[in-house]
Amino acid sequence: MAISGVLRPGYVQLRVLDMKEALQHYRDRIGLDVVATGDDGRVYLKTYDEFDHHSIILRPADDAGMDYLGFKVASEDVLDGFRDKLIRAGLEVIDVPAGEQPRLGRRVAFIAPTGHRIELYATIERADNSPMTTNPDLWHAEPRGMKPIRFDHCLIYGDDIDGAAEVFTDILGFSLTEQVLTPDGTKVAIFLSCSTKAHDIALVRFEGKNKLHHCSFLLESWNDIGHAADIMTRYNMSVDIGPTRHGITRGQTIYFFDPSGNRNEVFCGGYAFYPDNPVRTWHTEEVGKAIFYYERALNDRFMTVVT
Amino acid sequence: MDRPFTIKVENCGSEFRCPSGDRLLHAMERQGRQAIPVGCRNGGCGACLIQVTEGDYRTGPMSARHVSAEGRQCGLALACRVYPQSDLTVRLAERSSTDQTP
Repeated sequence: MAISGVLRPGYVQLRVLDMKEALQHYRDRIGLDVVATGDDGRVYLKTYDEFDHHSIILRPADDAGMDYLGFKVASEDVLDGFRDKLIRAGLEVIDVPAGEQPRLGRRVAFIAPTGHRIELYATIERADNSPMTTNPDLWHAEPRGMKPIRFDHCLIYGDDIDGAAEVFTDILGFSLTEQVLTPDGTKVAIFLSCSTKAHDIALVRFEGKNKLHHCSFLLESWNDIGHAADIMTRYNMSVDIGPTRHGITRGQTIYFFDPSGNRNEVFCGGYAFYPDNPVRTWHTEEVGKAIFYYERALNDRFMTVVT
Repeated sequence: MDRPFTIKVENCGSEFRCPSGDRLLHAMERQGRQAIPVGCRNGGCGACLIQVTEGDYRTGPMSARHVSAEGRQCGLALACRVYPQSDLTVRLAERSSTDQTP
């Protein structure tokens, strides 16, 4: 099946307490490129290998967390189709006109049952420094910092993850790839894909609404994960756990925190998912291995520390 | 070099040292102590909320969701953003319910 509906997570807007520290983290340590700064103080960034104008938006604020997560869809017609379906399902739709962010087209936003603002859009301009397309070299200039390839996904925490997952699967066409179940069959973690990735968004059950667990960047290899770890230690960055591997998705990973306390992940690997694949299920008795395959135990922070 | 400050955590009777210019929570972690819960270490998640009951300190940026302006005036702070300016006595503080609201 071609990917003809939702293509991928395209952007996330994060709140940061101190822009200077945030830029040192996202630009100099992780290695994103700054592509624009808005009059309202928002800063727009992208990885070296992303075609679209921006993927990470940092907004100065007095608390940390995620303002919204945007998914790019295949076309303006597809966007209209999703808008109608969301309304028919009883969700309130917020239309954001083009230009609210630089070089970004119109957006259709809704509040998921977990309280998170999710946005859909079809049109965004190419970045001036987007990757080469003719006899393409790997990059214009060698990547800096942790050398992220793309903004990959977010894990979000909230109460009604069943309701939110239903919106993603029934309306937006995502597939359930993995889940963690309690003995009575309650889903405590849900992993969803709109592509051939093992996850494009993940949801964990949590008291309260609208929490961010992490925002993740793809690296090329396990060696690059090691290089990222070297950078984290060199600059005394706040590390949560890793390098390690997830049982779920099989990705190799480090969790760490930005200077405002938003959790980031750098990861590589993971299996390819196809829509005919069966759902992989973990039981809560094995949740340690599911989340941290080498430690085989959760750390307290995984379940409780969010922004 | 200045004498390190002594930090007393009332709830558990724990005591550790914090060098001048260092952050309270980071100093605690480096000494292998676990008196205060460690979260993001960067002022965002609220895990290390404390009440300072005695002593002088300054703070770096902290999420207003976890420490309001009034809270700050009453000595509430996130230990990861506390720079002691004297010996301090602190205790773990209850996280308010406001951090559950969207």
